[in-house]
Amino acid sequence: MTPLPILKLVFAALVILFLLGPLIAVLPLSLTDSVFLNYPIPGYSTRWFRELVTADSWRLSIVNSLLIGAGTTTLATLLGTLAALGLRGRRASLVFSTLRTVFLLPMVVPAVVLGVGMQLMFSRYGLTNTYLGVIIAHTVVAVPFVLVNVSSALQGVDVRLEQAAASLGAAPATVLFAVTLPIALPGIISGALFAFATSLDEVVLTLFVAGPNQRTLARQMFATIRENISPAIVSAAAVFIVGTIVLSLAMLAVRRRLA
Amino acid sequence: MDTPFISFRQVVKRFAALTVVDHLDLDIARGEFIALLGPSGSGKTTLLMMLAGFEQPTSGTIAVDGRRVDGLPPHKRDMGVVFQNYALFPHMSVRDNIAFPLKMRNTPKSEIATRVARVLDMVKLSAMAERKPAQLSGGQQQRVALARALVFEPQVVLMDEPLGALDKKLREQMQLDIRDLHRRLGLTIVFVTHDQDEALTMSDRIAVFNHGRIEQIGPPREIYAWPRSPFVAEFIGETNLLACKVDAQAGEAMHLITDSGLALLAHAGAGRIAGDKVRVSIRPEAIRINDHAAATANRLTARIIDAVYFGDHMRLVATVGAQRMIIKGDRMSGAAEVGSEVALSFAASDVWVVGSCNDQPSASA
Repeated sequence: MTPLPILKLVFAALVILFLLGPLIAVLPLSLTDSVFLNYPIPGYSTRWFRELVTADSWRLSIVNSLLIGAGTTTLATLLGTLAALGLRGRRASLVFSTLRTVFLLPMVVPAVVLGVGMQLMFSRYGLTNTYLGVIIAHTVVAVPFVLVNVSSALQGVDVRLEQAAASLGAAPATVLFAVTLPIALPGIISGALFAFATSLDEVVLTLFVAGPNQRTLARQMFATIRENISPAIVSAAAVFIVGTIVLSLAMLAVRRRLA
Repeated sequence: MDTPFISFRQVVKRFAALTVVDHLDLDIARGEFIALLGPSGSGKTTLLMMLAGFEQPTSGTIAVDGRRVDGLPPHKRDMGVVFQNYALFPHMSVRDNIAFPLKMRNTPKSEIATRVARVLDMVKLSAMAERKPAQLSGGQQQRVALARALVFEPQVVLMDEPLGALDKKLREQMQLDIRDLHRRLGLTIVFVTHDQDEALTMSDRIAVFNHGRIEQIGPPREIYAWPRSPFVAEFIGETNLLACKVDAQAGEAMHLITDSGLALLAHAGAGRIAGDKVRVSIRPEAIRINDHAAATANRLTARIIDAVYFGDHMRLVATVGAQRMIIKGDRMSGAAEVGSEVALSFAASDVWVVGSCNDQPSASA
């Protein structure tokens, strides 16, 4: 081998180490039997995983994350898909390019800024400290992911398929449900998975709009690391990582099956 | 034609500043197979899209069976459309694709099953019913598209260059199949193509499109033998187009002098007077080589400058003075070698006046 490919390999390995190093370093600690987050690990046990399911604060936060994630996924997928359908095939006019930008804005606006604004507005309508409030906040940042995924899926739907369906007797709504959406389904599903992942991961907005009852897993981890550094955090992180891997695999499987 | 089944009246379609279909009138009879033939951008596909309802005319009316259909959405027009790319639903099996129009019409399940089975048999795809379109060859997909457009017995079948994506052999087979279906089922078919052979072999009538208008309409033989404009003469088949001046009219005969200085004899045309500038078309297959027996009106001495062997015929290029001529010779004219001098002969009736040069561009009527 000449030096260049070796250098490439070394560089790639370093990048991967940089990305995965923290995870690899911390994950074994989730199986420690001590109360300290320290190496060397004195003995192995699943006590911190048991803590996750038995301790009220952890159990509640997991349930909350799943509830809020499900709500966000439903709402964001619905709204993002509608937005993508509405923006589809429009010629580049000021109105539509502005609309598209507005829909995508939450991706780039700092979450702190969004959070401050939401807290002020939500408190006016009594939405702070409610599940609905958190779901709405998460939906705002999840919609862009759905929009981007569904838009690109819709681009792959040949207009002539829809024309063919219409000529065969399908009314516009039937064309949408029997032809357009089924063909765009892989994009809609990956948009939905992105929305769920976004909700699961979201901390900043949750800090601003959620009350103690809507404490999500991410929020709970954030609080725990400052109050009492317990290995339960690492167990929660492990659950997170496994969950994310399962989601990604699901996404791949869906794409492969429907492609 | 007594009562037209489909009629276009003064139909105009503009996209922004561009006029794609220009005050077009067209009548189509029930059971007719009409080919809309023309180069791309001539308005033929746009006309079909307006008939299907995917485009709205800017002005003018379209009627089918006495009822106006412009303004009706596509799903209420009862027309089967076959697209160039087949437009099969990729997420449905062959069977579900074909059943789709019947489901839309709330046909009872048992009847759907029998009708789908019947058309599958008709297009010889019964064995492929459970496959997805992506698992079929191009020709098979095309037959599914055809079956799907026929299964609900629409009043008209529209085809937009349906054979364009197939290879030559398959295309010729499908041409025969479609023609056969047309005869057996008595379908009214409007067929868009830019392939002149397809139009000539399949249709009852050809409408030749140019710049959003119909340049000439008639049965294939008529269009080929008596083109009314240089455009039609050149678009349908190969031809020699010569610019001439009328020298004299004498009884049945008209004497012409080409711009390149050749004297030609043609049949007298009504309304032509000496001095008129005209263009004539002489088909390559009408010209004979070294045929001294035939008593023909036109004889020219030419020099062969190119000869291409095509198996069943020879394509020769010859010069007569400054005039280039294309000749379709039989295999025997292999004797006419490049560089040799030959005698060309053709009848007066093969010198066909396609339009005056005075009133160019010819939208001759």
